[in-house]
Amino acid sequence: MKFIDENGFRKDGRKCDELRPTRISAGVLPNANGSALIEQGGNRIIVAVYGPREIHPRHLARPDRALLRCRYHMAPFSVPERKSPAPSRREIELSKVIREALEPAIFLEEYPRTTIDIFIEVLQADGGTRVASITAASVALAEAGIPMKDLVTAVAIGKINGTIVLDLNHEEDQYGGGDMPIAMMPILNKITLIQADGLFTYDEIKYGLELAKKGIDKLYKIQREALRKIVEVTK
Amino acid sequence: MVIFKKNGSLVYPCSLLAEGNYKTGIGVYRENNRFFSSFLGYFKKDYNNTLNVVPIKSVYVPVVGDIVIGKIIEIGISSWTVDINSPYNGILQLSETISRPIDLVKTDLREILNIGDIIIAKVIVFDLTRDPLLTIKESKLGRVREGYMLELSKEEKLSERKIKDIEEKFKCSIVVGKNKRLLIIPKKNEKALSAIEYIIKNIERGRFK
Amino acid sequence: MKTHSIIPLLRKKTLLTLLNKGERKDGRTFNMYRKIEIQTNIIKSAEGSAQVRIGNTIVLTGVKLNLGQPYPDAPDQGVQIVNAELIPLASPSFEPGPPDEDDIELSRVVDRVLRSSETIDLNKLSIIRGKKTWIVYIDIYILNHDGNLFDASVIASVAALLTTKIPKIEIVNENKIKITEEKVDLPIRNLPVSVTFSKIGNHIIVDPCYEEELLSDAMITVGIDSENNICTLQKIKEGCFKPDEILDILKRAINVGSKYREKYLKKLLEKS
Repeated sequence: MKFIDENGFRKDGRKCDELRPTRISAGVLPNANGSALIEQGGNRIIVAVYGPREIHPRHLARPDRALLRCRYHMAPFSVPERKSPAPSRREIELSKVIREALEPAIFLEEYPRTTIDIFIEVLQADGGTRVASITAASVALAEAGIPMKDLVTAVAIGKINGTIVLDLNHEEDQYGGGDMPIAMMPILNKITLIQADGLFTYDEIKYGLELAKKGIDKLYKIQREALRKIVEVTK
Repeated sequence: MVIFKKNGSLVYPCSLLAEGNYKTGIGVYRENNRFFSSFLGYFKKDYNNTLNVVPIKSVYVPVVGDIVIGKIIEIGISSWTVDINSPYNGILQLSETISRPIDLVKTDLREILNIGDIIIAKVIVFDLTRDPLLTIKESKLGRVREGYMLELSKEEKLSERKIKDIEEKFKCSIVVGKNKRLLIIPKKNEKALSAIEYIIKNIERGRFK
Repeated sequence: MKTHSIIPLLRKKTLLTLLNKGERKDGRTFNMYRKIEIQTNIIKSAEGSAQVRIGNTIVLTGVKLNLGQPYPDAPDQGVQIVNAELIPLASPSFEPGPPDEDDIELSRVVDRVLRSSETIDLNKLSIIRGKKTWIVYIDIYILNHDGNLFDASVIASVAALLTTKIPKIEIVNENKIKITEEKVDLPIRNLPVSVTFSKIGNHIIVDPCYEEELLSDAMITVGIDSENNICTLQKIKEGCFKPDEILDILKRAINVGSKYREKYLKKLLEKS
């Protein structure tokens, strides 16, 4: 299947190093301490942050820092074939991987014996949901007033028709030759998530990392913009 | 010694604030000689070279000496658990409520304070390894018999003058808890509700900065 | 047992001092594996099996096959299902119960190493297009946890698959097949290996033992196929890596991985 035409354009009209149109709104759920909605291509994902708050059951509490819990879940109507609401193995793995991507950025030591809970609901899925979730969750955490070292910003690199491209959509992910989600704390230049599935050479990964950084820098600006907007509304 | 942000400017987590020989206050962390913000908030440099970022939003973490407005949520054998609008629940021990000696066998704690009661209390012990201890033994502290409790969701700073204005206007008395809660005690019944509506409306519009 | 997963601070200090000098507690260099032992065909009730020891980590993989229906979107391919269990007898820190996030992550990463490298030639497992195919169940049992469950599981799975025999199928007509007495090898087309790294402070070491895993801020598992392509990557734990640390890790993985593929897996191939 051909995904890139002779002029270097992908099926949705993008170039190989282009992100899908992305919009983030913060403070969308009044009950949560922090929240954000991300719309990226066909992805529509909402994140709520509750905490720091008391932890139940008590024995899980850590004496020296807050616990971070994360639940990634896809709504049954988020994909073409209805998905069962019960957590799948994939959702369990992604919940862990997303938590481990956000944890390095949070000053958990500021709130010992509490928990910070992150709830991610994918309302509409179009490829790259884990990285979009991380990008939105960082905004929700910052909006909740949780102290962070940096925001975490994420994007997925992929390989289609032998070419490394930025920000795979669902079709490109399904039929392409590999995907590599990457999350970073952009200013501190630290990678907090990296996975790969497919076949990549060392050089392809090297190039993929550079391409990812470019996409991440653009998304970082969008994250900050979402936070700036909440402050404006207050005024 | 360089400062990169103006006092009062909006900063984000990891905004570079300054480089040099400064001190870290609230919301600021340091890597080598550089100082970064950890919150979405406003940058504030103190006169003694302490850098702070006042967060737009944050949870209340108790500080010894704070006056807080609490709600009784659990009754134990010789203490109550108090919700003080914090990730840390307050503990009020029997010995911190009444000065005279109590016979535990004969006394039902519910007669002193019951679940749902509102109290004005003071934090007397808190280190992050255990829950904060409260007292209501001092003057102006104790169970609230009549009034309305309001929870503030943003970082409001209600000036004393503003409080006095509202108190006069609506004929009530207001107690401001450090834990982002307000108590409005009416002197004449009807006016209290309008005081609350007035406060809520103005907070929403950010007029109490 | 919580106490098993808390390292005394004194011990932590000792291990860190050693690392700062370029040494590890068992005398290994940063790129060395512990002793690897592979035994195959130990479980007679399974079509294929292998037990691998890396140091004191012991992993047993059993391969069983069943006839069944292919997935609707891959009508002429076999089915591969990987399941890993960190069973309670393997460590004081494992609790009995349904698979948790660690069991699931291990299963899915091993599955990706095998799938992306096309270890099993799934195309050759189809019997009647759209109707009948072989389903390969790869069940990984952790018997003793002393660190680096990922690499041990991958080696055990590949070794078990290499020595798996399946009955030869005769197609009578489009609705009927005959299972013969003759046995053939499971069609294998790649020999992937995985190399797991652990980051402790600024030191990045290969094949961490349990204590080293507890001390590490972050870990990463790299899957390499026979052509030295990277077929899997998985960063684990709450720390982070700098981009050039990742690139250095990839180079080391290709180097170390191809060496131990030569040493251990190719031998198995020759034997069978």
